[in-house]
Amino acid sequence: MSNLALFPIVIPLIFAAVLMLFPKNLKMQRAVAIAGVSATLISALVLFSKVSTDGIQAVTLGSWPAPFGISMVSDMLSVLLVLSSTLVTLFVLFYSIPTIGVKRERSFYYPAVLFLMTGVNGAFTTGDIFNLFVFIEVLLMASYALIVHGGEKPQLRESIKYLLVNIISSALFVSAVAYLYSVTGTLNMADLAVKIPEIEAVGILTVIAVLFLVVFGFKAAIFPLYFWLPGSYFAPPMAILALFGALLTKVGVYAIMRTYTLFFTMNIGFTHELLAIIAILTILAGCIGALAYFDVKKIIIYNIIIAVGVILFGVSQLNEAGVEGSIFYLVHDMLIKAALFLLVGILTVIFGTSDLRKMGGLIKSYPLFGWTFLIAAFGLAGIPPLSGFPGKLLIVQGGFEGTHFWGSLVILATSLLVLLSVVRIFIYAFWGEPAKIVTIDRKHYLSMFVPTAILVALTVVLGAGAELFMPFISDAGEVLLNPSLYIDAVLKE
Amino acid sequence: MRTNDVMLQTATKVVTFIILMFAVHIFFAGHYTPGGGFVGGLLTASAIVLLMLAFDLPTVKKIVPINYVVLTAVGLLIAIATASASILFDVPFFTHAYDYFDLPLFGKTSLHSAMLFDLGVYLVVVGVTMTIIQTIGEDE
Repeated sequence: MSNLALFPIVIPLIFAAVLMLFPKNLKMQRAVAIAGVSATLISALVLFSKVSTDGIQAVTLGSWPAPFGISMVSDMLSVLLVLSSTLVTLFVLFYSIPTIGVKRERSFYYPAVLFLMTGVNGAFTTGDIFNLFVFIEVLLMASYALIVHGGEKPQLRESIKYLLVNIISSALFVSAVAYLYSVTGTLNMADLAVKIPEIEAVGILTVIAVLFLVVFGFKAAIFPLYFWLPGSYFAPPMAILALFGALLTKVGVYAIMRTYTLFFTMNIGFTHELLAIIAILTILAGCIGALAYFDVKKIIIYNIIIAVGVILFGVSQLNEAGVEGSIFYLVHDMLIKAALFLLVGILTVIFGTSDLRKMGGLIKSYPLFGWTFLIAAFGLAGIPPLSGFPGKLLIVQGGFEGTHFWGSLVILATSLLVLLSVVRIFIYAFWGEPAKIVTIDRKHYLSMFVPTAILVALTVVLGAGAELFMPFISDAGEVLLNPSLYIDAVLKE
Repeated sequence: MRTNDVMLQTATKVVTFIILMFAVHIFFAGHYTPGGGFVGGLLTASAIVLLMLAFDLPTVKKIVPINYVVLTAVGLLIAIATASASILFDVPFFTHAYDYFDLPLFGKTSLHSAMLFDLGVYLVVVGVTMTIIQTIGEDE
């Protein structure tokens, strides 16, 4: 028993509630929001050290015995994700202070971000499939508020689509949970992992597994359910977009990862084959989008979809290399996507447009910014020794060791397309004839650039120091590959 | 167009209090029988909405001068504080405490910490419902 696992969920919730008391006091809003996220980060670090020394931390709420109460389980995978999502939120918060605008700050922007964090951290920590639904709803509520925040015309239009898609997928989620309950009689993930192998009716379980893939696929934006993402993510301002791009789809990916390793393993030949095929199709669809547009936001948005495909392909292999690669790539992707969105955000501020064709020649006036962007771009494509490399290497290795060598070949080939898509931004924006730029004063520029640059530096550390992080990644992978570790931690408390 | 709403207004003056009393009853009934903070909150909100229908927004704001956003936040904080108290006693989150007390008038009564959590839920429900309705109502 340890309540520590709950701290990264409860702390942002408390701070969000406190922030609602004085929405108009700008200085207090900023200070309390940063204090809240910092406190969450510290609690996540403490939790991380606890999990790495003492193993999985599980607590079942309300002192009920394990399969009956709601279990919260913090294993290495979940604590790594909690840690990276909190880190990303902190930097996005610093970035949003100079960019989001006073009007938004005064109308509950910071509470919404903290509620989003509550939902995201909760979804990563929960060990109960219905509670997962609840936490996904919490983060969706906050994301509804954020996507429409400011009430610009494109935001209103896109938020209707976003709402509609998510309400439908949530309804499907509840039905899928009901089916699962009617077949197994439990919703505790550890208990599911015990009961599912004992059930002989594999057919109905396979149907439920695919239903869950559809549900989580909506959130994670897999092929062909990603249609809502490019439009909806395009509408809100850059800080919000960075949060969404770095965190929201990852919750869906995590949910697929967890359910498809812990208990939906009764018919791997069908479900994981399907997952592998869908993952590859997702990568291809994302690549087409990333190359087709001349809009910097759209290019990075389509790169989210590509990354989702890459991670899920690793999971579908269900071997050590594949799963560890997926975990590494997931952490990398949260950091690098946030960094890239923030970088692209600065680009759009400098040029006053997000159209690549109206950009050019920035390397002379902003050399450091240019090279930072190039590093982030190389990191995304996975050029060694940057952070995209170790994850992708392991995923590709997983594919070759498994039965899907063709998938690994696709990932290798599409890496070049990913590189092309982001280097294209670099070439258009930084080389060539200098285009008209908006003059922004030095202090304003630095307040945007510094948090972004630190985030990029962190991804470099993650890549160059991969050897340092690998023990934690393999810890996380071990739990995914041996469900018994997870089951014992929850049920034999 | 101003319709004649003497009937509605007169009835409301009585019915509002009946609804509010019923909300309190449902709130306390909630622990062992159907009811609780959520329904109690909805009933209370419905009483205030009835006032709004019978009179108008400015009048109701004068009668019930509450900032509903603050009410929501306070409710949230009460609920979280109740749940978090278990951290201080080093038992799993959300663990509730209860005991039996001999109260004057009520006799032997069981008092639950879960009631405080429900009070938080009640305030959040009233706050959120009223914020939504007020926002829509103000939007002419």
